[in-house]
Amino acid sequence: MTEPENQVIIGLEIHCQLNTKTKLFCGCSNDYQNDEPNTHCCPVCLGLPGALPRLNKKAVESALKVCKALNLEILEECEFSRKNYFYPDLPKGYQVTMYDKPLGERGHLLVEDDEGHEKTIRITRIHLEEDPGRLVHKTGRDRAGYSLVDYNRSCVPLIEIVTEPDLRSPKEARRFLNKLRATLEYLDVFDGEREGSIRVDANISLKGHSRVECKNISSYKGVEKALNFEVTRQKNMLRRGAEIVMETRHFQEGKGITTSSRSKEKESDYRYFPEPDLRPLRVRDWVDTIELPELPDARRERFVKQYGISLNHARTLTGDIRVANFYEQVAGDQSVLCATLVSDTLLGELNYRSMKIADVPRDHFVDLMQLLAAGTITDRVGVDLLREFLDGSLEGATMARPSEIVTKRGLTKAGDDEFAEIMIRVIDANPQAVSDYQSGNAGAVNFLVGQVMKETRGRADPITLGALLKAQLEERET
Amino acid sequence: MTQILSFDAEDEYNAFITICREAEYGEGPLAGRGVAVKDNISTAGIQTTAGSRILEGYIPPYDAHVVGLLKSAGAAIVGKTNMDEFGMGTSTENSGFGPTTNPCDTNRVPGGSSGGSAAAVASGMVDLALGTDTGGSIRCPASYCGIVGLKPTYGRISRYGLIAYSNSLEQIGPMGQTVSDVSGLMEVISAYDFHDSTSYNAPYTHTPNAAAVEGLKIGVPAEYFGVGVDPAVAEAVRTAIGRLESLGAEAVPCTIPSMAYALAAYYVTCTSEASSNLSRFDGVRFGPESGRKKMWHDEFRGIRGEKFGREVQQRIMLGTFALSAGYYGKYYAKAQIARANVRADFERVLSEVDVICGPTMPAVAFAFGEKSDPLSMYLADILTVPANLAGVPAISVPCGTVDSMPVGLQIIGRHFEDELVVDTAFAYEQGGN
Repeated sequence: MTEPENQVIIGLEIHCQLNTKTKLFCGCSNDYQNDEPNTHCCPVCLGLPGALPRLNKKAVESALKVCKALNLEILEECEFSRKNYFYPDLPKGYQVTMYDKPLGERGHLLVEDDEGHEKTIRITRIHLEEDPGRLVHKTGRDRAGYSLVDYNRSCVPLIEIVTEPDLRSPKEARRFLNKLRATLEYLDVFDGEREGSIRVDANISLKGHSRVECKNISSYKGVEKALNFEVTRQKNMLRRGAEIVMETRHFQEGKGITTSSRSKEKESDYRYFPEPDLRPLRVRDWVDTIELPELPDARRERFVKQYGISLNHARTLTGDIRVANFYEQVAGDQSVLCATLVSDTLLGELNYRSMKIADVPRDHFVDLMQLLAAGTITDRVGVDLLREFLDGSLEGATMARPSEIVTKRGLTKAGDDEFAEIMIRVIDANPQAVSDYQSGNAGAVNFLVGQVMKETRGRADPITLGALLKAQLEERET
Repeated sequence: MTQILSFDAEDEYNAFITICREAEYGEGPLAGRGVAVKDNISTAGIQTTAGSRILEGYIPPYDAHVVGLLKSAGAAIVGKTNMDEFGMGTSTENSGFGPTTNPCDTNRVPGGSSGGSAAAVASGMVDLALGTDTGGSIRCPASYCGIVGLKPTYGRISRYGLIAYSNSLEQIGPMGQTVSDVSGLMEVISAYDFHDSTSYNAPYTHTPNAAAVEGLKIGVPAEYFGVGVDPAVAEAVRTAIGRLESLGAEAVPCTIPSMAYALAAYYVTCTSEASSNLSRFDGVRFGPESGRKKMWHDEFRGIRGEKFGREVQQRIMLGTFALSAGYYGKYYAKAQIARANVRADFERVLSEVDVICGPTMPAVAFAFGEKSDPLSMYLADILTVPANLAGVPAISVPCGTVDSMPVGLQIIGRHFEDELVVDTAFAYEQGGN
């Protein structure tokens, strides 16, 4: 397939923190997010003189699971190397990583392209390495700026996943990341909700022009933003007749822009050499014994077959392991209704409130689903009730169940006779709309439907109502 | 129950950087015996400088594995011994805390880099000490000061807590007045430690046995008696080998051709590893700080330029160069090939003989300042370096004198046959009595 001029070409380098209990080379707890700085440290992760690394077997296993899930070929012998550079957050003056002998090479992951077709994104390599510490920059009012170092993060296990330049749009890159995140979470090796758990460097170019590396992107949204910014910037440069320079640019999350790295960074010489404190790894046989759980694609296919739901709903539900688990736990015998309610309504409402699926009061949700399934309430009342208990949950209030509220407030879907009277009243009160309809403006009926809905507080089904109104109006005409 | 050993020996040879006058000890095979520990081995609560001003005032919060073992064996740690800065030297002249003198002749160097440990033992301040040996740093000062020193098989002693100079070459080892003392100390420090991924679970539990020398086949490599070796030293060592023969051993000639590349392979490897190991000394977390507020890279450069000694800076630069893009293949990668050849040569020879014997050092201890250019100093390591490259055990045991200065007989054995090396040294030592 030939690609158009200025085709966007993107490759990603993704660093993910593994969710092991302890760090990569020492016994310090990896769960430091809510703790004071420098409280998860020992001689090893502080790089004290004489301390030696001891490889965390669990971290290797997690990384191998990822390799297997992304179809990588495992190397006969893998080896840790030292990447030498000075930086205040790097306690040893080198990072223990893998260089010419990573864990695996040549894998792939399937994602949807912008037309909705499945395509293969090739994975170049995956390797294991340690995270450096974290610098916290302070600017005081009464003193010059200074920096503090927190070594809690030092030595946390990271996997670096490098893709081939197979991505063709910022949206596609975002979808790739979402799919990757889902896969890692299905493998239970990664927690995408943990702050700072993912960091991305993105290489982006327009076909036939120089490549730009965007560093320092630390969110899923950020990747798409940074890439969109770069596409626009690079296209504008070409339009102005300027040439794109090969450079490293930093993404500024707050402003949503990338800026050229001001320091005249030369091509760094990291002086890699094999880490003499660790022995090479031979893990091929081990990989063969590792069994993988059901992954997103397989679960999606199963959902379609087992629950009789649409491919789109199945894709949405299985795109996040928490959502898929929630669905399977609550669907009961209402698998289709539940799929629609979760995919088309619940997720949007959660997103709007920055809530997680785990925050949904499950009993309330099931209760609501049963009301809808039994036809007790209209969809509109259903949405109102859902919003009400999500808001309540957000505020930590104790809430009555939807079925209790329905009884208390009389929100049961109105019967035909119940609103016949209301209908007649509305028709009588709106002669203009009636004459509009009678003079051929079919849309006028919608206004009348709205009026009746208002009177019944949403308890009427708008489609049935429309038909009844039309019948009524036609009757009058004759 | 914890008891206190009062250590009041006078340090006339500057053997110690830190002395613990009141040393605690407990129960065990070494109960109440004073042990001197080389200052590159971490001791909780006791300053540990590795002979460098960049670590002045650094008090480790943890014990090296071997130090923990010493304490559980009841030993009293009486101090931290002087050394060439980070182990980089053959004379202990490169210490940031002044040189140690040789108790046999104070105008001469004690050898290095474990010169402080050797002088502390030779002068009788202690009868046991720990040293470390990267390219001969236990055996050289043992030879120069007339004591016994063992470099164990690589991987037999945990390096956890040893301030790294060249990780793939160095081992902690015992030093003492007698082979029995050295063997006893070896037994204490060889317990397995999972913290060191390059160590094996192969504890040494052995009592020296002189009878092992009967029928022992000794290889005598031509290269250990060739150009650069003082004929008088060679003669003393040949006499020593003669004594082992009279005790029932058989000496056969052999060759180790790869020794021609050993020194170059050694210096490329150790400086490369050192250039990386020493990066952590940046003044951020330990050691003195400059007190001036600068940008971090200026601060790093300033403190490293000021506090590292000349030899250390030289080796960091050599190693940095050897690992640089475009030079890695020429130097580091080639050195590893040469190293593999040395190892293969030793394995070949040691498949035909049980041990290899030769001089520890090409000459007796030299005078202070005598080897002022680095290259002539490096050449002194030619006979000790091969055992580190090959990872095999090697011991130095005193075998007479030349110009009233001690000579060392070096005995090299197969991987994990430290016991046979000790037995051979023991047979020699006992055979003279």
